[in-house]
Amino acid sequence: MKPFAYVRATSLQEAAAAYASHPGSRYIGGGTNLVDLMKHDVETPDTLIDLTRLPLHDIRELPTGGLRVEAGVSNTDLAVHPLVRTRYPALSQALLAGASGQLRNVATTGGNLLQRTRCPYFQDVSKPCNKREPGTGCAARDGVHRDHAVLGHSEHCIATHPSDMAVALAALDAEIELYDGEHGTRRVAAAGFHRLPGEHPERDTVLRPGEIVTAVLLPPPAPGAVSLYRKARDRASYAFALASVAAVLALHDGRVRHVALAFGGLAHRPWRATTAEERLTGAVPTDEAVREAVDAELAAARPLPDNAFKVALARNLARDAVATLVRSAPGAPPARPQP
Amino acid sequence: MAARERNPLRQQQAAPPSAPGPVHSRVALRVNGRSHVLDLDNRVTLLDALRERLDLTGSKKGCDHGQCGACTVLVDGRRANSCLLLAVTLDDSEIVTVEGLAAPDGALSPLQQAFLDHDAFQCGYCTPGQLCSAVGVLREAAAGHPSHVTGADAPADTARPVVLSAEEIAERLSGNLCRCGAYNGIAEAVAACAAAGTPDRTPPPTPDVIA
Ligand SMILES: Cc1cc2nc3c(=O)[nH]c(=O)nc-3n(C[C@H](O)[C@H](O)[C@H](O)COP(=O)(O)OP(=O)(O)OC[C@H]3O[C@@H](n4cnc5c(N)ncnc54)[C@H](O)[C@@H]3O)c2cc1C
Ligand code: SF4
Ligand code: FES
Ligand code: FES
Repeated sequence: MKPFAYVRATSLQEAAAAYASHPGSRYIGGGTNLVDLMKHDVETPDTLIDLTRLPLHDIRELPTGGLRVEAGVSNTDLAVHPLVRTRYPALSQALLAGASGQLRNVATTGGNLLQRTRCPYFQDVSKPCNKREPGTGCAARDGVHRDHAVLGHSEHCIATHPSDMAVALAALDAEIELYDGEHGTRRVAAAGFHRLPGEHPERDTVLRPGEIVTAVLLPPPAPGAVSLYRKARDRASYAFALASVAAVLALHDGRVRHVALAFGGLAHRPWRATTAEERLTGAVPTDEAVREAVDAELAAARPLPDNAFKVALARNLARDAVATLVRSAPGAPPARPQP
Repeated sequence: MAARERNPLRQQQAAPPSAPGPVHSRVALRVNGRSHVLDLDNRVTLLDALRERLDLTGSKKGCDHGQCGACTVLVDGRRANSCLLLAVTLDDSEIVTVEGLAAPDGALSPLQQAFLDHDAFQCGYCTPGQLCSAVGVLREAAAGHPSHVTGADAPADTARPVVLSAEEIAERLSGNLCRCGAYNGIAEAVAACAAAGTPDRTPPPTPDVIA
């Protein structure tokens, strides 16, 4: 690990100013991803700006009925919060499906959003990787890529974004609040926060250099909406998603009034399934209708030689998730008698 | 505090030309009830500070990347992987390691005793991390924290303890790997403590003892 200076920021202004004067800096939240990458020399900051002592540890209900989650809130505290569990179960479930108890105690909301890909070549400085070092090539394409993307990848990078939480936030129409010393505060939709790789896989998100994630804003849940998170992985716990889905559903008179589906583990960002959502909105959510909608979404998949299994996995997860929500949503059609 | 000058972690690095400030810091830590003030290279993890500077070698280094749990300690009462925490970020924190679980007279904590009673280890390398993690598991369940396997219909009431079934224990301890496969004994030991309602006897913040 390279030596670095350390700044314990006590205000957002101070943190942003420290970054502005040392562009080789990195912010540190819980450090569970950054310290790991520093040990691999993938990250080599000359200064660490510690955000954990900023007063950003609150979860507050908003007058609109939504929720404001500050960036320093730990993954544990967010997952177990009674309002999150009751109003945004998909978010609580996504967090609890990620990492381990001891990691979630330390990991922060801001750091979770900004964690880097788990592509093994990204983590190995002896290998070519366009994300780590633009222009060097992509070792994964002809290498081990079973865990890599099937949607939205480019010739430059086929990595996936590893966060479970971000997938739930995309489906819940959350917004991310950002601060920078020069422009002040702005908000971006969680579903548009992470990027597709295109020609610039080195940019994971739309964050500008030096910008700080200050909060996640959850809108009030759609009336009658239910939500859940499903994750498929190689072992039952403590593993990243091969594929996952966050689903939100509200019914009215047996028809879909609101639906949101986001896939994890399939792309460089949480994948909002807008094609499937359009097909399902207003429809009676029969197994047939759900299957067609999900298949239409996944028709865009371009799997690599070793990860075609992810398409079927995602399809099954999504169908099962929507079917489960249809059964539990208020306004569901009465269960059909068994033949 | 033992002086270990031969330890490279101890040697101060000159700031590289690019570094915009000192690359070492003064860090105050309370560990198992004792206060320590250390001058540390900013790169030193909590795990290395414990093992190499404070001679507390109970916490183990398995992977050094957050993947095995052998380094688990309690930081301000919560379990955490000490290999991924930079000591400099923990100034003024309260740390409890496996060495701090027993009573000052050496009497084992109920969890430690249960690990003996239930054959919860073979080589013992993962045991300090398992013990500290299990203290966290018992506290989290007592505080009503759900886990991945807790039913979504469980009451979202932080005052209602979660009952630790075998499935719950396996899920909640999944961040602690055991190469010897002593999982059954570990789960039984934790279940015995959960059932006995003796969460843990980790020292509550004690009056300061100056090292
Ligand atoms: C063994 C292991 C298993 C894991 N399994 C999973 C899993 O199954 N699912 C999952 O989703 N995650 C998993 N994780 C990843 C874990 O969730 C992340 O490491 C964690 O959420 C990162 O949060 P942090 O606060 O520690 O971030 P840090 O490591 O502190 O920071 C991560 C990045 O975000 C930047 N940053 C941090 N906070 C801010 C801010 N407020 N504003 C701007 N930039 C900021 C940092 O500069 C850094 O680039 C796993 C990690 C490990 C080690
Ligand atoms: S997939 Fe992306 S992150 Fe992985 S080696 Fe290729 S360019 Fe790098
Ligand atoms: S040594 Fe820290 S998790 Fe393995
Ligand atoms: S007892 Fe040997 S690793 Fe667990």
